[in-house]
Amino acid sequence: MEEAPHGCPGIDSAQAGRGASCQGCPNQRLCASGAGAAPDPAVEEIKEKMKTVKHRILVLSGKGGVGKSTFSAHLAHGLAEDGDTQVALLDIDICGPSIPKIMGLEGEQVHQSGSGWSPVYVEDNLGVMSVGFLLSSPDDAVIWRGPKKNGMIKQFLRDVDWGDVDYLIIDTPPGTSDEHLSVVQYLAAAHIDGAVILTTPQEVALQDVRKEISFCHKVKLPIIGVVENMSGFICPKCKKESQIFPPTTGGAEAMCQDLKIPLLGRVPLDPLIGKSCDKGQSFFVEAPDSPATAAYRSIIHRIQEFCSSHPSLKGTEPSATCS
Amino acid sequence: MEAVAEPGNLAGVRNIILVLSGKGGVGKSTISTELALALRHQGKKVGILDVDLCGPSIPHMLRAEGKAVHQCDQGWVPVFVDQEKTISLMSVGFLLENPDEAVVWRGPKKHALIKQFVSDVAWGELDYLVVDTPPGTSDEHMATVEALRPYRPLGALVVTTPQAVSVGDVRRELTFCRKTGLQIIGVIENMSGFACPHCAECTNVFSRGGGEELAQLAGVPFLVFCQVSAYFCLFTREGLVSVRMPQCT
Repeated sequence: MEEAPHGCPGIDSAQAGRGASCQGCPNQRLCASGAGAAPDPAVEEIKEKMKTVKHRILVLSGKGGVGKSTFSAHLAHGLAEDGDTQVALLDIDICGPSIPKIMGLEGEQVHQSGSGWSPVYVEDNLGVMSVGFLLSSPDDAVIWRGPKKNGMIKQFLRDVDWGDVDYLIIDTPPGTSDEHLSVVQYLAAAHIDGAVILTTPQEVALQDVRKEISFCHKVKLPIIGVVENMSGFICPKCKKESQIFPPTTGGAEAMCQDLKIPLLGRVPLDPLIGKSCDKGQSFFVEAPDSPATAAYRSIIHRIQEFCSSHPSLKGTEPSATCS
Repeated sequence: MEAVAEPGNLAGVRNIILVLSGKGGVGKSTISTELALALRHQGKKVGILDVDLCGPSIPHMLRAEGKAVHQCDQGWVPVFVDQEKTISLMSVGFLLENPDEAVVWRGPKKHALIKQFVSDVAWGELDYLVVDTPPGTSDEHMATVEALRPYRPLGALVVTTPQAVSVGDVRRELTFCRKTGLQIIGVIENMSGFACPHCAECTNVFSRGGGEELAQLAGVPFLVFCQVSAYFCLFTREGLVSVRMPQCT
């Protein structure tokens, strides 16, 4: 569906094609006939494509800037440290694609082959896809409305040739809008193992994260757990801990207890994390002894445990590489 | 949901400033709030329009949560956050029955509400209307710029942190401003450094250099926003331009 008119009632609405704002819309006839409400054939196509992907993990947060992309990248790095584990990282933040920079892949381009788009490989067992690879300049802005963003996400899920993959990690933009609805809807038949939700300790972040959790419940997306990022800062000079984002309402721990959701772990704020991301290097390699590295590894381990104790449902064939 | 443009509702607003960033979590809402409070401190009448529909933070920052929006002949009455009625605010946060409820809307519906926020809110006489936006360059931003265009906004303050990852996103926001004809008033660098409360050592927790690089790229003034002790301050190279003692945490 191309650009919808302002005031579009939505293609699934009873008013689809019949509302006042529908006049003049090129899709009016389609919607009025009820065909707009028919399931998108891409859902089945994506289900087929996902047969070679064992586990699908969404990384979410209602709040921006809490470290989703940083976490997604390091989850990918951590899982790929085992050379027998095939990892794929998909960046569906269409307006602000940070993953290429964080993975040290800025300037790379996507290639087409007979079997679809080829991901860009960081390692033999770690492939990445992002709209960032489709932009020719770092200044290019992706000024797209929802329907066009949704089309891109559909292509990413249907047309990228991931090959045999143990973990597909999907990094998302902040919010609860088109990108989030689309990825859940397009993967409806393929099944998402669960969502990892990122937050920082302060109430302003938790407010948005509660909405994200509500979104997950609404769309029946299982929640693997919550990660509290930037949780405490150790001064490099005096080594004392302080809170940059004070947990005035009890932080993620209180929220998780309240909502009965697992707290996967807390990652302290290490200034080397930001620097590593800027350089496109794995923080685990730059600072292997940092408490933040230990925290990340423990969280990654818990995610792996969740995935193996909740085996993927229908639509998955045994992969050549078993995790 | 079609809103008929009511020129009356923004006719009394002298200056409109948008606060933008391609990147999330850089401090747009904090800076929008601090800017409004600093302007109020200078004796101005200020309104804040929060067009972040998925993550409306301004009501919390101004301790205005739970307040109700009333109707009048001209449309919605914005919520006054203070007794003296010097700061008014409109946010989707006031329209939600349950604050934890997610606004799970696709673009067209978000677009429609933003149009209403611009045309159907009785702002009255304001010296400044500060518009806080979500991160990105999508429906909310296009709707806001389109709806505000007839009222000729002063321009945009673009916020970044020092990190290259932030600059990477915010460069695209600068392109958005150029393409939509929005003047860039300045680039604000936030979270430049954190002073340890125990030993006062300042650490660059989010790297360094990004804001200045971005300002140079755009050829616009570079401003640094930071908290020094209890004061919120905005600096240019020439020195302090604004300082405020916060009344809320």
